[in-house]
Amino acid sequence: MSHYNRTQGAENKKASTRTVSKTKKQRNWKRWTIHLFPIPALLIYGLFIVYPLFAALTYSFFDWKGIVRGEFVGLKNFKDLFTLQPFSDLFWNAFGHNILYFALQMVFQNGLAFLLAYVIYKKVRGSEFLKIAYFLPRLLSVIVVGFLWKLILNPNYGALNVILERLGLESLQKAWLGDPDTALIAIILVNCWYGLGFGVLIFLAGFQSIPQELLEAGRLDGANSFSMITRIIIPLMVPSIMIMTVLTFIQSFEAFELVYAMQGSQGEPYHSTDTLAVYFYRLAFGGSTGGATTAVGLGSALAVVLFLFIAFFTALYLKYMQKKQVDM
Amino acid sequence: MNHTIWSKPFYYAFAFFVASVSIYPILLMILSSFKTSAEIFTSPLAFPQSFSLDTYRNLLEMVPFMTYFTNSVIVSVVSVMLILVTSSLAAFYIARFTFVWNNMIFFFFLMGMMLPIKLGIVPLFILMKDLNLLNSLWSLIFMYVATGIPLSILILTGFFRTMPRELEEAARMDGAGNLRILWNVVLPLMRPALGTVMIIQFIQSWNDFFFPLIFITDDLKKTIPVGMLSLFGEYSADWGALFAGLTLASLPMMVLFFVASKQFMEGLTQGAIK
Repeated sequence: MSHYNRTQGAENKKASTRTVSKTKKQRNWKRWTIHLFPIPALLIYGLFIVYPLFAALTYSFFDWKGIVRGEFVGLKNFKDLFTLQPFSDLFWNAFGHNILYFALQMVFQNGLAFLLAYVIYKKVRGSEFLKIAYFLPRLLSVIVVGFLWKLILNPNYGALNVILERLGLESLQKAWLGDPDTALIAIILVNCWYGLGFGVLIFLAGFQSIPQELLEAGRLDGANSFSMITRIIIPLMVPSIMIMTVLTFIQSFEAFELVYAMQGSQGEPYHSTDTLAVYFYRLAFGGSTGGATTAVGLGSALAVVLFLFIAFFTALYLKYMQKKQVDM
Repeated sequence: MNHTIWSKPFYYAFAFFVASVSIYPILLMILSSFKTSAEIFTSPLAFPQSFSLDTYRNLLEMVPFMTYFTNSVIVSVVSVMLILVTSSLAAFYIARFTFVWNNMIFFFFLMGMMLPIKLGIVPLFILMKDLNLLNSLWSLIFMYVATGIPLSILILTGFFRTMPRELEEAARMDGAGNLRILWNVVLPLMRPALGTVMIIQFIQSWNDFFFPLIFITDDLKKTIPVGMLSLFGEYSADWGALFAGLTLASLPMMVLFFVASKQFMEGLTQGAIK
């Protein structure tokens, strides 16, 4: 900036006649306007993303009456979150569910997506159709996905139990969302259904970026399928595996919409489908039961903990992406 | 490569089985929307006996669906336009001018892709209240623009950097200002990138229900996804209408997807990889 101004100033001084200095001034003005360009984006992004996140951090140090800020209480909210009942039990309960969310998505969504992407990569007939078919659910709004599956999983009239009956598998019929043992797993599997196609596309892009020469070379060296896969394909797939892992991680720890759509803000039945984000929503905005008991301080403390947790892994991701850019 | 571990028929069958699991629920949703509730309960898996539009008529009588639809269109279209304008201005600045703070600004925006903004929802709620934006479509528009900016800037900056500077310099010699260069010279060459950004952001803002859930309580200001929420709350026995609601809510995206499926899929993956 300083260098830029100095040359401009020098140019101004050099301008001797009145007319020349006028056009120079115009040009300087024209150049200077470039600094206005990022301002709209900075303002909107700063006001609605950066400010609220920092504010959430400070909120956690205060006592709150509804959404009116009380006195400074230091780390009390954090202490309560982890030691006071029922808050600490609810926290660890929800935390465990988030872990399960992540683990099952890794296996059922990403594992399956990897295999299917490989099948498409091998150019089976109909691969275009397969790609579109897997991706289709991703077009729906999460709320539509949640309600649609709620209807399908309905114990009395839902399609799933009817299908099980037709197949002679009555013994497997269940009130999927009403049973604390199956409700969370059902929701996570619905999430896998929703996210599968996205994973397929990411892994497919990974497979397609494997240089053909490497595969040819491996083949010429007489590598068998197994060592081709473990020695060449998997190592070259590490970037896409990383990306999907981190995205799934972030998404699992932010899981809210689908749970809310299918089981409401209480994580029914008996908090068996609670996730940290659902619990956070409840603390911040009160239950859906009509009682408007909010705990903004506790909610903010939870947000900070969750934020730091996600940020840590996100930082790893950024670092990795940076390294990748250097490599390129 | 030979396939000693899996034989071809096996993985054909497997791939197509999963495809049917992906599609079937959506097909069920569309078919059920033409059935009466009674028909859904007695023969949930059969084809509808007659393709009657009664359920749709009922639905439109029960909820102000056209209002929701209009709101969704306004919010998505205005958001996407504002995202394109603000992001291309900022990306042009970041990619084409080398001031000391350019990288800082770029990194500042990039951060936003990783920040879980949902966790700042309480301050956001209070902010919207103070700005008198609760129950206003502007609250949603601002949120979608703000959340859309980081990724859009990333994609557009990447594109700007790959473009030759000669044309711009020629225009500059002719005395064109920055805005004119961006508008007349650069943006016309950026159509693919702008299209990608448009699709990604349109899907996001059209399908989101988190922000309207918090900011909008006035029924006439609801977008389709939150409108669904009240539909399911109040008319949970009328399955025909529920399926019709879900189908209608998904229809615009489906239509757009079948017009430009490739761009949709490429757009979304580009969003993740970039």
